[in-house]
Amino acid sequence: MLLRHTTADVMERTALTINPAKTCQPIGALYAALGVHNCLPHSHGSQGCCSYHRSTLTRHYKEPVMAGTSSFTEGSAVFGGQANLLQAITNMFAMYNPDIIAIHTTCLSETIGDDIVQIIAKAREEGKVPPGKHLIHANTPSYIGSHVTGFSSMVKGLVTYLAENSGRKRNQINIIPGWVEPADMRELRRLSRAMGINPNIFPDTSDVMDAPQTGRHEFYPRGGAPIEEIRHAGDSRATLALGPTASEAAALALEEKCEVRAETLELPIGLVATDRFINALRHRSGIRVPGFITDERGRLVDMIADMHQYFYRKRVALFGDPDQLVSLTEFLVTLDMRPVYIVTGTPGKRFETRIREALGDAVPEAQIRQGAQADMFLLHQMIKKEGVDLLIGNTYGKYIARDDDIPFVRFGFPVIDRVGHSYFPTVAYTGGMRLAEKILSVIMDRQDRNAPEESFELTM
Amino acid sequence: MKPNPHTVKEQLLSALPKKSARKRAEQIVVNERRPDGSVPEIKANVRTTPGAITQRGCTYAGCKGVVIGPTRDILSITHGPIGCGFYSWLTRRNQTRPEGPDDANYIPYCLSTDMQDEQIVFGGEKKLRAAIEEAYELFHPKAIAIFSTCPVGLIGDDVHAVARDMKEKLGINVFGFSCEGYKGVSQSAGHHIANNQLFRHVVGTNETPRPEKFKINLLGEYNIGGDAFVIEDLLERCGITLVSTFSGNSTYDAFANSHMADLNTVMCHRSINYVAEMMEKKFGIPWIKVNFVGAEGTAKSLRHIAQYFNDAELTERVEKVISDEMTDVLKTQFAVRSRCEGKTAMLFVGGSRAHHYQMLFAEMGMKTVAAGYEFAHRDDYEGRRVLPSIKVDADSRNIEQLEVLPDETRYMPRRGPDELVQLEAAGMDVAAYQGMMPEMEDGALVIDDIYHFETERLLEIYKPDIFCAGIKEKYAVQKAGIPCKQLHSYDYGGPYAGFRGAINFYNEIDRMVNTKIWQYVQAPWETEEELEVEELAS
Repeated sequence: MLLRHTTADVMERTALTINPAKTCQPIGALYAALGVHNCLPHSHGSQGCCSYHRSTLTRHYKEPVMAGTSSFTEGSAVFGGQANLLQAITNMFAMYNPDIIAIHTTCLSETIGDDIVQIIAKAREEGKVPPGKHLIHANTPSYIGSHVTGFSSMVKGLVTYLAENSGRKRNQINIIPGWVEPADMRELRRLSRAMGINPNIFPDTSDVMDAPQTGRHEFYPRGGAPIEEIRHAGDSRATLALGPTASEAAALALEEKCEVRAETLELPIGLVATDRFINALRHRSGIRVPGFITDERGRLVDMIADMHQYFYRKRVALFGDPDQLVSLTEFLVTLDMRPVYIVTGTPGKRFETRIREALGDAVPEAQIRQGAQADMFLLHQMIKKEGVDLLIGNTYGKYIARDDDIPFVRFGFPVIDRVGHSYFPTVAYTGGMRLAEKILSVIMDRQDRNAPEESFELTM
Repeated sequence: MKPNPHTVKEQLLSALPKKSARKRAEQIVVNERRPDGSVPEIKANVRTTPGAITQRGCTYAGCKGVVIGPTRDILSITHGPIGCGFYSWLTRRNQTRPEGPDDANYIPYCLSTDMQDEQIVFGGEKKLRAAIEEAYELFHPKAIAIFSTCPVGLIGDDVHAVARDMKEKLGINVFGFSCEGYKGVSQSAGHHIANNQLFRHVVGTNETPRPEKFKINLLGEYNIGGDAFVIEDLLERCGITLVSTFSGNSTYDAFANSHMADLNTVMCHRSINYVAEMMEKKFGIPWIKVNFVGAEGTAKSLRHIAQYFNDAELTERVEKVISDEMTDVLKTQFAVRSRCEGKTAMLFVGGSRAHHYQMLFAEMGMKTVAAGYEFAHRDDYEGRRVLPSIKVDADSRNIEQLEVLPDETRYMPRRGPDELVQLEAAGMDVAAYQGMMPEMEDGALVIDDIYHFETERLLEIYKPDIFCAGIKEKYAVQKAGIPCKQLHSYDYGGPYAGFRGAINFYNEIDRMVNTKIWQYVQAPWETEEELEVEELAS
C-alpha cells in the first residue's frame, strides 16, 4: 500500500494539512499571465517559488513556461525587494523584450510588505520601462486563498491596469473563461462566434500552452489575449464571467471601472451548464442557435442515453477546485450518478450552497468539505469508511485509486502523469462527450477486469 | 563550421546591461587544461541576477526536496503556506522500498501547517506545535523533521525551540531546519543546512555494532528512477555492506547507525560533501569520490572500494561482477555507436550530473561541447584543490558552518595517514574531487547558472544533437527541434546508474537523437512551390 498509514478513523485536526486539495496563489497568477500575448510573468519572491510554479505548469502542459523571478536573498528579505525588482525589470526588458510584465507577489514579499505599486511607479520614474510597455501586478500572498484565487487576482489585475472605457461601445462581449485548458478556451471562442458573438476572451492560453511544433521556440507564442483587446474590454457590451471563484472578481471590477455589465455563470462543463451558457449567448446576440450546436447537444444526450445503465446510481468521490467541482457535480447528477464526497482546499463563500444547488435533491447523503483540513487525506478516510465506484480529481488521486482499487478519471490541475489532456476540451457539449466517455471507459474496464470468465462479455 | 567559443561568449553577453555583463562574463569560461593540471577560474555559487530566467530553485528545495525528502520514515512537516509542501510532494521521483508491509513510508504524504494570514500576524509556533502533535497522533513516527519556508524566519518563529519541546514531550526525535527559501543563492544552501542537521541530530545516535567486514556508506545518491536499487544490488553481489545511503531508499535508523561504516563514498559531491567531511573529523571515517554513472565510472568506483579494503577475495568478487556486467554493456555500446558516434551534447543541470553524465555520452562516442551546473561551487568545476582560494561572500557566510571535533570516545581513524597517501598514489580520490573542467576538452564552453537567454543562443549557434537539462527547459529546447533529456527526473525513465543503468541510458539517447519525429515538423506543402492555377484546375 502506498498510503499505508491512512485509516478510516477520522481524527479531528485543527492545524495539520495532509495531502492538500489546493496549492498556493502565485501559480494561478502565473498561469493567468500566460494567457496574455507577449507577456512575461514575474514572481516577486525567492527563486524557488518561480521554479516550482514553472515546473508544475510545465509538467501539466508539456509546454515551455517562461517567467522571471526577483531572486530574493537574505539581504533583500531584510532590506526589501525593491532593488531586486527594479533590476529584474531592466534585465527582462533587455533580454526578453516583453510588451508587458505581469508581476505577482509571494508570501515572502508580502510578509515584508513590499509595495509593488510604488516600485512600479519608481521603475517608470527611473526610465526602466521602455515606451509603450506595461507593468501590471497582483497581490498573491500564499498564506491566503489558493491557486484559484491567485488566478482570479491576476485576471482582475488585467482589468484594473489595462481596461479602459473610451466612451465608444464596441460590438463585442467579454468572456472571462476561468482556469480552464487552452483547448477549452478555443472551444469557447468557436461556440461564441457560432452564436453570433464577437468574443473578447481573456486570459486566453490557447496557442500559448498548446503551441504547435514549428522547429522554432517562439518565446512569446502566437496566442494570448492582445493587450489592446484587454484595453477594449472596457468598451464591450457586457462581460460573461465563467466560474464565480476564478472569474467574477475581474468581471465586477470591470463593471465598476468601465460600466460594462457583468454576468456570472457556472463553468459550462456538462449538459445543463452548457445549455445555460448557450442560452446566455443567445440572449446577447439575439440569434437562433445554429443547427450544428443543437446537433452537438443532441449527440451528447444520445450518448448519455446509451451509457446510462452503467452510470446509474454509481457513487463518486471528487476533489479539486470550486468552479470545476460545482459544474462537474451537476453533470454527474445529470448522468444519474451520485457524487457523495466533494472536497476542495480552496476557501471562499457560497461553495457549499452552489454544490447543494447542483445536487438538487438527488444525493442527500453527499458530504461536502471545504477549506482548512479539507484535504485528500480526509477524502481518503471518507472513502475508506464507505467506498465509491469512481474517483475524479488531479494526478495525486492515483495513489488513493491504486490503494483502494477505484476507477479513476484524471480531471483538474495538475495532471502530470498523462500527456495530451490539455488538447481536448472538457467544456461545452463536445467536452461533455469527452468526459462521459472517459468516465464510462474506466468503469467498464473495471467491469471487464473483474468479470469471471463465464460472464466476460463481448458486447456491452 | 565549429563555432569559436570566445565569439560565442561575446554573443551570450550581448543583451545584458553593461554592468551585469561584466559580472556575468566571469561565469562563462572557455575551458583550457593547463600543463600543471589547472583550469581557468569560473565564478560560481553567486547570486543570479534578478529577471534572468534561471534554472535555480531555493534553499527549501535543496533541503527538504533533495536531501531529506527521499528518507521514507522521517515524517516531514513543512511549516509555511501550502505551496512549498505541495510542490515538493512526490515530484522528485525518489523511489523507496519499505522492507515489509507494516514498515513506515511517509513519502506519499505531504504534511503542512498551511500557514494563514493569522499566523503571519500573530506567529505560527502555536499552529506548528499543534500540527506536530496531530502528526504524531496519526502516524507515530520515529522522527519528525520540520522545514521552514520563507515567512517562518521573517515572523520569527523558532522552529528549533518547538522541536526541542516536542522531542521532550513526545519522546521521539524532532528536529528543525532553518531552510527558508531566501537563504543562500540556490538549492545549494539547503543541502548544507540539511547536512548540518542530519549530522547534529541523527548521525551517530544508534550504536548497534555492525559485524560485517566491508562496510560503506553511499553519500549523495537519491534513488531517482531506482538508481540506488541498481547500486545496492551491485554492492551486495560484490559482498560490500551498505550501512546507509544519504539518502536514496534510506531510513532513519540507517542514518543513525552510519558511523559504523569504515568508508564513505561520495556520489554527488555538491549536495553531501559536508556530511562526509564532518564524519571524517568526528569519527575518523575517510571518504573517497566515486561515480556510479557510466560503466567505466562504475567499474572504477567498485575497484577503488575493493582497493580500500585490500582484500583478495573482495577484489576477485568485484572483478567477477564487473566482467559479468561488461559483456552486455559492450554489446549495447557497440550497437549504439554506429548511430550516435560523433554527435554532440550539452549538459546544464544540477551540481554533479552535468559532469557525471558526460562519461555516459563519451562511452557512446558522443562529444560534450558545453556544460555547466545549476547550483555548484567552484570546487565542483575546478576541483577541490581550489577550496582555499574560494572567497566566502555574504550569502555563504549566512549558512552555518559546524565546528566538528574528534569524538572523545568514538573517533577511530580507519586508515593511517600513510595508508591514505598510498591509496591516493594508486589513483583514488581520497577526500578529493577533481571537478568537471579537467575532464572536458579544451575549447568547450562552461557556463554557470545558465540563463534562458543563453540557452536559446547556444541552441541556435551549436545546434547540438541533444541538450540535457530539467523540466523547465525541456519543452523550449524541443520546440527548437532538438531533443532534451531531463537529467533530474530522467523523463520518468531510468535507472541510469551502474552497468544496467548505462545500458538504459545508451538506448534512451540512441532513441532520442535518432527519432524520426523532427523530420515531420514541416508540412509537405510548406516546402513546395505555390501551386499554379492550371494545376488547381486539373
